[in-house]
Amino acid sequence: MDRPIRVLVAKPGLDGHDRGAKVIARALRDASMEVIYTGLRQTPEQIVAAAIQEDVDVVAMSILSGAHNHLFPKVVKLFKEEGVEDVLVIGGGVIPDDDIPGLKEAGIAEVFTPGTPTTKTIEFIKNNLKK
Amino acid sequence: MIKDEKMKEIKDSTKKWEETTVDKAISRFPERKKEFKTGSGLKVDRLYTPENVEDLDYENDLGYPGQYPYTRGVQPTMYRGRLWTMRMYAGFATAAESNKRYKYLVEQGSTGLSVAFDLPTQIGYDSDHSLAEGEVGKVGVAIDSLKDMELLFDGIPLDKVSTSMTINAPASVLLAMYIAVAEKQGVSQEKLRGTIQNDILKEYIARGTYIFPTEESMRLITNIFEYCSENVPKWNTISISGYHIREAGSTAAQEVGFTLADGIAYVEAAIKAGLDVDSFAPRLSFFFNAHNDLLEEVAKYRAARRLWARIMKERFGAKNPKSMMLKFHTQTGGSTLTAQQPENNVVRVAIQTLAAVLGGTQSLHTNSKDEALALPSETSVRTALRTQQIVAHESGVTETIDPLAGSYYVEAKTDEIEEKAMEYIKNIDEMGGAPKAIDEGYIQKEIMDAAYNYQKDIESGENIVVGMNKFQAEEEAPKDLLKVDPAVGEMQKDRIKALKEERDNEAVSDKLENLRKACESDENVMPYIIDAVKEYATLGEICGVMREIFGEYEQAVML
Repeated sequence: MDRPIRVLVAKPGLDGHDRGAKVIARALRDASMEVIYTGLRQTPEQIVAAAIQEDVDVVAMSILSGAHNHLFPKVVKLFKEEGVEDVLVIGGGVIPDDDIPGLKEAGIAEVFTPGTPTTKTIEFIKNNLKK
Repeated sequence: MIKDEKMKEIKDSTKKWEETTVDKAISRFPERKKEFKTGSGLKVDRLYTPENVEDLDYENDLGYPGQYPYTRGVQPTMYRGRLWTMRMYAGFATAAESNKRYKYLVEQGSTGLSVAFDLPTQIGYDSDHSLAEGEVGKVGVAIDSLKDMELLFDGIPLDKVSTSMTINAPASVLLAMYIAVAEKQGVSQEKLRGTIQNDILKEYIARGTYIFPTEESMRLITNIFEYCSENVPKWNTISISGYHIREAGSTAAQEVGFTLADGIAYVEAAIKAGLDVDSFAPRLSFFFNAHNDLLEEVAKYRAARRLWARIMKERFGAKNPKSMMLKFHTQTGGSTLTAQQPENNVVRVAIQTLAAVLGGTQSLHTNSKDEALALPSETSVRTALRTQQIVAHESGVTETIDPLAGSYYVEAKTDEIEEKAMEYIKNIDEMGGAPKAIDEGYIQKEIMDAAYNYQKDIESGENIVVGMNKFQAEEEAPKDLLKVDPAVGEMQKDRIKALKEERDNEAVSDKLENLRKACESDENVMPYIIDAVKEYATLGEICGVMREIFGEYEQAVML
């Protein structure tokens, strides 16, 4: 790939905790990626539309409100409905270990929980791009 | 405080100590770091001496507890008279489920209630709204109408407890429901004690549960000030919050500066609306965070108290001493907890509890060890409450007032934090006040920079978080985490459906129409909201009317 990796950092749902999303966004930018941040309260539909419009390689979502089981898989499902198969979808936030296998099965490539160094997320993105 | 001659002697001998004893020691055993810093990045010297507090004027800068400038505390006897209110923030799933948790907490010695609402409630959507999907009952209790509120406080006498409600954009509606429930219990509104958070500016800055644009939000807030000063005199009408600003990554000095700048904006809005400063200022209250740097945190609370007293007296000409007192609630810092080795969090919370108590808090919520993973379970909440009780009854720090006063270090840091906070306030004043500074993204950007620097210091190993970036251990996934039943959403939807079938829908429409007219005029909306909730208009219906008239806030998205 000869252009920088493009990432949409998104906050699905009603959760207002955006420290993690913003820290990740800055870290990805410092790692030479192009980052678009959606701001708060995005519906899965809005996230998928923005990702397609911005032609991103990665969608990184953050939820701390406990709505992840509902909202994360919905984004993957909508991508499929749009025929988009080459966007890497990852998630993070306060997510109990028990929920992670289900999220992965639903198509979330990786889930990053509190305390994860940003370098780990950056590595993961670089090694798992679908485009 | 020390005579010039004596001070010179101290300065000379300090210098001598550094040049001889210290240098010799360092040449053999270098210090652990080149530079020492507080948890918020303030420089920390090797030793603090009378030289650091040379300019401290005891009577003017510290004074006495219960007296201006309240540096040493707002009550004359502090915890010798009455301990702080042990107020555990709780709420999840349905009103009935949360009611059980409140009764449990009171049984365990909690002395005040604190209600957590779910996100749809906080953003003014009923549980059956499409945006509420997946969120109902998750981070707090779902309240759609007075029916839910009646269940929430069932069997809890509202003339006996004080209740804090973490509700902001729709604070007027939840307060109206509380007043209505009290009335049904036969408790008149002038007897009600409690607090609504009602602090919209920090929602724009850091917490995110805003609904209406700035001007309309400020109007709702001043309507509440006015209504309560006349009808609910013991109610704290706002809890001006630094907690979430700190959680978003600010430093301690920013927490004070930005919070007091918000406070100034509310006072100015109320004065502009024609209220006399002493009619509402005694009911303003504050809410701060407690992080791990014990002494820096203590200095922070003392600095905030002194600064607010001076602002109220000098800037706003308040006459009533109560208008000058910064009373505050504290919550231990959620963002300081680790998902790794969660039992270590009990220790962090204990240190933070000490900070809050040594800083003179009026009430305290202690976080539970499992909060980096999920909502707290009943046993972990109990340990968190016990932590407060141990500090209250076993540590001895409650037996005298403001015991860290006079510490060269704590006084020096109190001055430094006050000074830095004043600089932020000055910058914000120059931009035209907090609402403008928020619109321009200044406050958000300052916080974000601090948060990112903190993260970088953790990743470089400069900052150590035990169990997370050092002293890690292999561990099993924690068990017994609280799970909210996913059926809660459906249950709430059914309740709304049933409610809409049994209530007097014509009366509801009338009341909502009256509210609409009040919103369009410059009348106080509170009485109209109370009328509407009593007819069982839902939160979503009431906020829906206000959304139509007031519009919605648009966030300035920035990195």
